[in-house]
Amino acid sequence: MAKTKIWGAVAQFENPAELVHGVETIRGAGYKKIEAYSPFPIHGMEKVLGLGGSKVPWITLVGGLCGFTLATWLQWWTGSVDYPVVIGGKPLFAVESSVPIMFELTVLLSAFGTLAGMMILNGLPRPHHPLDGYAPFRRVTDDKFFISIESDDPKFDALAVQAALEQAGGTNVALVEE
Amino acid sequence: MAAQSKNAASVFPPPLVAGNHTFTSVTETVCRVVEEKPNVNWLLALMLSASIMAVLGGSVAYLFWEGTGIWGLNNPVGWGWAIVNFVFWVGIGHAGTLISAILFLFRQKWRTAINRFAEAMTIFAVICALVFPGIHVGRVWAAYWMLPLPNQMGMWPNFRSPLLWDVFAVSTYFTVSLIFWYVGLIPDLATLRDRAKGKISYWAYGLFAVGWRGAASHWNNYERAYLLFAGLATPLVLSVHTIVSFDFAVSIIPGWHTTIFPPYFVAGAIFSGFAMVCTLAVPCRKIFGLEDFMTVRHIENMNKVILLTGTLVGYAYSTEFFIAWYSGSVYEGFAFVNRAFGPFAWAYWIMISCNVITPQFFWSKKIRTNMAWTFVMSIFVNIGMWFERFVIVATLHRDYTPSAWGYYTPTIFDISTFIGSFGLFFFLFILFLKYLPAIAIAEIKAVMPQADPHWEGYQKHEESTHG
Repeated sequence: MAKTKIWGAVAQFENPAELVHGVETIRGAGYKKIEAYSPFPIHGMEKVLGLGGSKVPWITLVGGLCGFTLATWLQWWTGSVDYPVVIGGKPLFAVESSVPIMFELTVLLSAFGTLAGMMILNGLPRPHHPLDGYAPFRRVTDDKFFISIESDDPKFDALAVQAALEQAGGTNVALVEE
Repeated sequence: MAAQSKNAASVFPPPLVAGNHTFTSVTETVCRVVEEKPNVNWLLALMLSASIMAVLGGSVAYLFWEGTGIWGLNNPVGWGWAIVNFVFWVGIGHAGTLISAILFLFRQKWRTAINRFAEAMTIFAVICALVFPGIHVGRVWAAYWMLPLPNQMGMWPNFRSPLLWDVFAVSTYFTVSLIFWYVGLIPDLATLRDRAKGKISYWAYGLFAVGWRGAASHWNNYERAYLLFAGLATPLVLSVHTIVSFDFAVSIIPGWHTTIFPPYFVAGAIFSGFAMVCTLAVPCRKIFGLEDFMTVRHIENMNKVILLTGTLVGYAYSTEFFIAWYSGSVYEGFAFVNRAFGPFAWAYWIMISCNVITPQFFWSKKIRTNMAWTFVMSIFVNIGMWFERFVIVATLHRDYTPSAWGYYTPTIFDISTFIGSFGLFFFLFILFLKYLPAIAIAEIKAVMPQADPHWEGYQKHEESTHG
């Protein structure tokens, strides 16, 4: 059988305070490819991990602009180009009466953009993950907290990494195969 | 951990989560409802609602066969229960979005316990609402004309009509509410996936959990997305009932053609929606043992919103009367005097008693923290808000020329369709309670004192281990 590749190392932590402390210690030791896992969002974790601001709002903006453009074009083109009909003596196209649908489609496509942005940036859906084979990880959606260091980290060394995770207060330290 | 949560309770009065809960016990309490075998009472409730839903199915089938002539519509009352029911159900939905979006933007953390529940109510209420414009068109096979779809006639919908704005508003509202609700569910579906014992539940929850594993970088994007949804849903929910009110306000009918309609409709919608949340929450928290999460404080806060919006609605009723007189328009003045003292005075006074008088009881703390009172009051508000829409629509019965005056009486099919829509609503809601977590597990954990890495309990722990 071919030798399986190591995906990374993982350790379990008991509460948000230990997790934050653990991430700080490991980052202090110079590791870069770190990820923390928790059952709920932890306030301030993005700073501790050094994550930048989320890029989701930009995708939302693109969605919103598309929606606004679509609504404007749709109402103008259908009503005054493709099949103009005068109804109640009103103008064929007017900004005022077009506002409600401009607004609705802007919101609708912004929402699609937000959903798509969140999914794409997070790489979801992701049916399989190396950590699925690590038994304690099933409780990440309940009450346990985890830190992983991936093997493509420049400083990654199987033994040193496990020692570092233990040093940081982790338990159930393990290497995880891809 | 258990000893530490005791400290926390005394530091944060009044706590958002009652009892001595740890993260696991929150998961346990909420998931237990989903994971236990369905009991007899649940099955009976499901069957009862299914049979009421069958009444809706039968009524709609007969309507399709025979046409809208089976309803009580006539000339001059060309709009009847279909639009009354539509506005009633859409209005109920508004509380869910208010709780999930507006209270989120205002950092009202107490919303976490009821937002899942209220959002589900929104979605099911909007489904019920969508039934009515879907079936009222008469020739149902042409219902797709409401949408701007290319067709062999080369024609498009009339974008200058408020009725078309309504199609866009309500369908956008439904879609965005559904997405918002689903995104909120993802972490909790992952919890159910990780706890699943059976293969089917593992796959079903796993499929919809899209591989959520609680990574910090994912939470980072997730929380930003959630904030954006809240920011999008807030103006959306206000726009929806505004546009619904345009259906009336943009027409030139005395009693309808008023600028107060949009804010008054929105206030009424929130009023009726909160009442419906209370109607559902009071029995559910008891039946499913969720009293630690949906605490008396939550119910009390909702009753305060009912008091506020109910008073706003009452104020709007009096403003309408004042403006009818102040405008000097004979027809406007007549429409209002006729509402209060004409043939439909009975409906008007039911509306006033239920919507203006009932909420005033909530000035008393004793009443607004009492579950039985809350439940009874919420039923009255639901009735009153249905009558509000009926009073508005029934204004049609006496227009400009007395020779054209008439009266409106519903037929058995009007009534059966309306009652049937409750069957649909409760059928969906009862299924939701059993198969999805009724309380946002991850959000509840995040508002517990232990969720804060700087919580004092951890510092003590740190000192004792490292000191």
